[in-house]
Amino acid sequence: MSCLIELKDVTKRYGEIVALNKVSLKVMKGEILAIIGPNGSGKTTMLRIMAGIDKPASGEIYFDGVRINDRNMEKVRSRSTMIFQRTVFFNTNVYKNLAYGLKLRGYSKKEIKEKVREALGIVKLEGYESRLARRLSGGEQQRLSLARALILDTELILLDEPTANLDPYNVAMIEEIISKINRNFNTTIIMATHNMFQAKRLGKKVVFLFDREVVEVGKADKIFEDPQDKRTKSFIKGEMIY
Amino acid sequence: MVSEIVEGLIEALRLIFSGDPTVVEITTRSILISGTATFLSALWGTPIGMILGLKKFRGKIVLKSLFNALLGIPTVALGLILYLFFSRSGPLGFLQILYTPFGIIIGQAILITPITVSFITSAIESVDPEIRDLARTLGASETRAFTAVLGESSSGFLLAIIASFNRAIAELGIALMIGGNIRGITRVLTTTIALETTRGEVVLAIALAIILLTIVSIVSLSINLIQRRRA
Repeated sequence: MSCLIELKDVTKRYGEIVALNKVSLKVMKGEILAIIGPNGSGKTTMLRIMAGIDKPASGEIYFDGVRINDRNMEKVRSRSTMIFQRTVFFNTNVYKNLAYGLKLRGYSKKEIKEKVREALGIVKLEGYESRLARRLSGGEQQRLSLARALILDTELILLDEPTANLDPYNVAMIEEIISKINRNFNTTIIMATHNMFQAKRLGKKVVFLFDREVVEVGKADKIFEDPQDKRTKSFIKGEMIY
Repeated sequence: MVSEIVEGLIEALRLIFSGDPTVVEITTRSILISGTATFLSALWGTPIGMILGLKKFRGKIVLKSLFNALLGIPTVALGLILYLFFSRSGPLGFLQILYTPFGIIIGQAILITPITVSFITSAIESVDPEIRDLARTLGASETRAFTAVLGESSSGFLLAIIASFNRAIAELGIALMIGGNIRGITRVLTTTIALETTRGEVVLAIALAIILLTIVSIVSLSINLIQRRRA
């Protein structure tokens, strides 16, 4: 497996506040990486930097072996998609929300129609094309976000707390869709989650962030069964007070 | 008195529905003048509103407060200021636009600019800040992401245009002081209503008032419908 995205000593500051401190990480193609860590540990910042939405203050980012800079940022960004913790949609129907990224990529009307139908089928929202996206339920909105990401056939999907505030039925459905996307399309998935069980169920690899730094990275089984760092251990056991 | 009003109303309606040339001429001129003023105000007010809504810079709050404060500027006060500027001995007297339709257009455009700017600013600010990030993460360039934000605030833009037009067509001070209420040239709905009333010719005044109220009501109704759509 080759490396899809690599962070080298990446630091991000918002004014005086350090949001990420010299983080280094490698994510392989086709991998599901779960980012765990307490609130404010830098999970969302890390995702936003990998998605190319925010620029780091220092450090290097490589996407498929190419170093990201201002010139190739937009091109690299078109090879990944991020799903935000709070679902965001354009104020229009499901079809137009799904078609947006495809139009940018120059797909024909016929192709768009076909891809929208297919994507809605995968996330079990068949026949929802004309419904207003913002009027859907929380679970449906999150599934629609996934459809919007997978429809673009990007190599990387970044998910920020994809199942926060959802009921167990929708959580199970979304986890199933994430697994399916990874399995069927070999899409690399990086997701931040508070849910340990979810990280264990889905993550092939897990990274533990604490205080804006990477504490430990490893295979999911290893991290959950035999964590090396005492901070990881106490976080996993639920003993960490933060 | 009541019968006079009723008779006046009936006669006014007859004037309207018979397509009286004076009524048609004044109404058309009013719509053209205020429509052009709205267009001009949108032309320069849109970029200002976009900058205020999207950019962060020093003095932004002061500028926004200034435009908000100017929303309720009395039209006679603005009319007087513009008169002093446009009069022959004024600093802009060489333009020779006093007592011309173009003079009213410029005056009304200045009057409604704060409305256009404030409404557009608030329309852009009301768009979810994550929309821009969303567009970017779906592959949009910075320009396309910016367009997506504008697209989300389109009903707010329309609202700004409609409210600006409403204010322009219903104002009297500028039309009177800059236009001079010259028959066949600068006479518009509001100035004619004022003139005919003082002359005791209430029938034409009532007819024009009905037209003005109808235009303003339609515009207000449109605003309500747009706001309901936005909610």
